[in-house]
Amino acid sequence: MSTLEIKDLHVSIETEQGVKPILKGVSLTINTGETHAIMGPNGSGKSTLAATIAGHPRYTVDSGSITLDGENVLEMTVDQRARAGLFLAMQYPVEIPGVTMTNFLRTAKTAIDGEAPKLRTWTKDVKAAMAQLRIEPEFAERNVNEGFSGGEKKRHEILQLELLKPKFAILDETDSGLDVDALKVVSEGVNRSIEDGGLGTLLITHYTRILRYIKPQFVHVFVDGSIAEQGGPELADRLEDEGYDRYQVAESATA
Amino acid sequence: MTDQLAQDVSANGDVADATNHDILERNPELEGLGNYAFGWSDKNAASDNARRGLSEEVVRDISAKKNEPQWMLDMRLKGLKYFDRKPMPTWGADLSGIDFDNIKYFVRSTEKQATTWEELPDDIRNTYEKLGIPEAERNRLVGGVTAQYESEVVYHQIREDLEEKGVIFTDTDTGLREYPEIFQEYFATMIPVGDNKFASLNTAVWSGGSFVYVPPGVHVDIPLQAYFRINTENMGQFERTLIIADEGSYVHYIEGCTAPIYTSDSLHSAVVEIVVKKNARVRYTTIQNWSNNVYNLVTKRAIAHEGATMEWVDGNIGSKVTMKYPAVYLVGEHAKGETLSVAFAGEGQHQDTGSKMVHIAPNTQSSIISKSVARGGGRAAYRGLVQIREGATHSANTVRCDALLVDNISRSDTYPYVDVREDDVSMGHEATVSKVSEEQLFYLQSRGMPEDEAMAMIVRGFIEPIAKELPMEYALELNRLIELQMEGAVG
Repeated sequence: MSTLEIKDLHVSIETEQGVKPILKGVSLTINTGETHAIMGPNGSGKSTLAATIAGHPRYTVDSGSITLDGENVLEMTVDQRARAGLFLAMQYPVEIPGVTMTNFLRTAKTAIDGEAPKLRTWTKDVKAAMAQLRIEPEFAERNVNEGFSGGEKKRHEILQLELLKPKFAILDETDSGLDVDALKVVSEGVNRSIEDGGLGTLLITHYTRILRYIKPQFVHVFVDGSIAEQGGPELADRLEDEGYDRYQVAESATA
Repeated sequence: MTDQLAQDVSANGDVADATNHDILERNPELEGLGNYAFGWSDKNAASDNARRGLSEEVVRDISAKKNEPQWMLDMRLKGLKYFDRKPMPTWGADLSGIDFDNIKYFVRSTEKQATTWEELPDDIRNTYEKLGIPEAERNRLVGGVTAQYESEVVYHQIREDLEEKGVIFTDTDTGLREYPEIFQEYFATMIPVGDNKFASLNTAVWSGGSFVYVPPGVHVDIPLQAYFRINTENMGQFERTLIIADEGSYVHYIEGCTAPIYTSDSLHSAVVEIVVKKNARVRYTTIQNWSNNVYNLVTKRAIAHEGATMEWVDGNIGSKVTMKYPAVYLVGEHAKGETLSVAFAGEGQHQDTGSKMVHIAPNTQSSIISKSVARGGGRAAYRGLVQIREGATHSANTVRCDALLVDNISRSDTYPYVDVREDDVSMGHEATVSKVSEEQLFYLQSRGMPEDEAMAMIVRGFIEPIAKELPMEYALELNRLIELQMEGAVG
C-alpha cells in the first residue's frame, strides 16, 4: 500500500495585484485503493491543490508538506513526481502540434517505466484501452489534443491514466463539459483503474453528478482554500440537495 | 584515433557530460564532444602543408592541378576579379569574422578517387563509416554516393542499372573532363560569375561537388546522395554542383555536411545550379550540420521550364553563420517551385535562411514554407523574395513562415520581400512567432518526460510538417540532430 500525505499545505500565486494566498492549510491523507472526492464552489482552491501536487511552476508552496510514502514530493521536479506514481488528469489538456498520440503515449510510457514497452503487447494494450473508452482508432495518428472536442480531450486523459498505471490519480474536474454518455465511459475507465490497479484517487469536482458513477469513500468540502467539512458519501448526497450555500453563508457570517 | 580525439577535445576545452544517444553508444569515442556528435578530426599531412590565402597564383595553381581547359581558367580568373571588386554583403548576418587570408583554398587528400571504401586511407574511411554513409549504400537506401573530403570527391559510386539508363552521377571535376559539351552549355548560366561575392569566390576556386545528368523520361527511384566533410581547420570548401534533369525525368538528390569542432573558423561557400527541363521534377534535400565554427554561405538556384517542378528541402541545423536562399526561376508556363526550409539556431549561431521565387512565365506557382527554432541566444531569420515579373499573369504564390522561440534570450526575424508587376495574380503570406509554452512543458513533464526531452518533443512536433517530407532515415537523422541540439537547452 502507498500513501500520499498532504500536511498543512499553504500555497500562493503571483498576480498583477501581488502575491495571493490560495490554499490556507490543507491536510489530507490518501491511501492506494481509496477514492476521495474534493468538492467545492468555484475559486475555492480545488484546482490549485491538484496543480500543486503535480508541481505546476506557477504555484508557490509557502509552508506544509506533501509526501509519497515518506518521500518529499515538493523536492521533486514535475517529471520525477510522475515517475514516482502521481498522475494529474488535466482540466484543460493542451495541444502539442506535430506530435501524434501514438508517439506521445509510447514516449510517456517509456519515461514512466524507465524502459520502452514491448511493442506487440503495447500496441494491443493501447488498442484495447482505446476501444473501451470508445476512442476511434484513427485518433492514434492525430496530434495530441489538436482539434479534439472537450469530451475527446477528457477521454484521452483517462486513456493515459489507464496506460501509465500510476499509484495516485488526481482528476481535476474531469466531469466538466461531458454529456451523460461520455461521463459514463470516462467513469468506467477510472473504476477499472481503481479495481484492477488499486489506484488511489483524488476526484475534484464541482458537481455531484460524477459521484453516481465513481463512488468515493471520503468526501471533503473545500471552501476558501481549506477543508470546511469532511465525511462519507452521505456528505455528497447532502450537497446534491443543498448546494454550497450554507458554507458561503457561514463564511460571510464569520467575516 | 582516440588519443587524437582526446587532444582535440582538451584543446577545445569542450568536455561535456556524456550523453546516451544511439550515436554515442555506437561511437563511444565521441563522448565529451558536447552536443555536436561529428566534431572529430583526422590527421592529414596534405592539409598541414596547404597554403593559406587567395591570389591569382592560387587560382591558376588549382586549375593547373586539374588540367582544365583554358575557358575554365579564364572563368576562374574572372570570378576572382569580381570577388575582389565586390563589397562584403552587410544586409544579413555578421561576416566580419571571416579572415580570407587565413583560409586554405585547396586541399587534396587522396591522389586517386576511390570506387570502393577499402581503397580510401583508413582515417578517411573510418570517418565515413562513423557518419553511416557506406552503411546507407550497403542497405541500398541510395542510388549513388559521392563523398567529398576537403576539396575533392574521394569516393564515388553509382548503381549499375542507373548508369545503364544513361544517368550520370559523378564529381564536377570529372564532369568537366568527360562531358565537356553538356558541362559548358550549363555551367555558370544560372548563377553567373558575378552574381554575388561568394558565388564569384566559388567560381574562382571551385573544386568537387556533384555533376548529375538524368536523361529524358528516366525516373531515379531512390535518392542520389552527396556527403561533404571538412576536416582541416581554416578550410575553405567550395564545391560546385550542376544538375540537369532532362525532359520528363525525376531525381532526388540529398546532401549532408559535417565538420570538426575547431576554435577558429572555416568557410563553406558552395554554388548549386539546377536545370529542370520540360515536365521534369527535381527534389534537392540538404541536411546541413556543420560544426559551429563554419561560415556557410551558399548560392543555390534552379531554372524550371514548362510544366517542371523544383523542390528545395533545406535543413540548416549546424554552422556558425548560414546565409542561404535557394531560388527557383519559373521560366516555363505551369512551372512549379517549392521550398521547405527548417532552421535551428542554437547558442552562437545565426541562421539567415529562406528562399527566392521568381515568376517569369504565366500560370506559374510557388510556395515557401519555413520553420525556424531559436534557443540559447541563437538568431534565426527568414528572408525571402517573391517576384512576379511582367508577363507572369495568373501566377500564384504562398509563403508561410513559423518561428518558435525556446527561451527569452533568442531572436527571430522575418524579412519577406514581395515584388509584383502583374495584377492578375494570387499572393498569400502567413507568419507566426510562438514560444514553447509553460503549459505544454508542464503537460509533457507531468507524463514523466524530463524537461529537455519534453522540449525536444515540442520542437520536433513543430518541424514535423517538414520532417515528414524527408525519406524516413533522414527524418530520423533530423530528429536526432534536434535532440542533440536540445540537450542542455534547459536549466
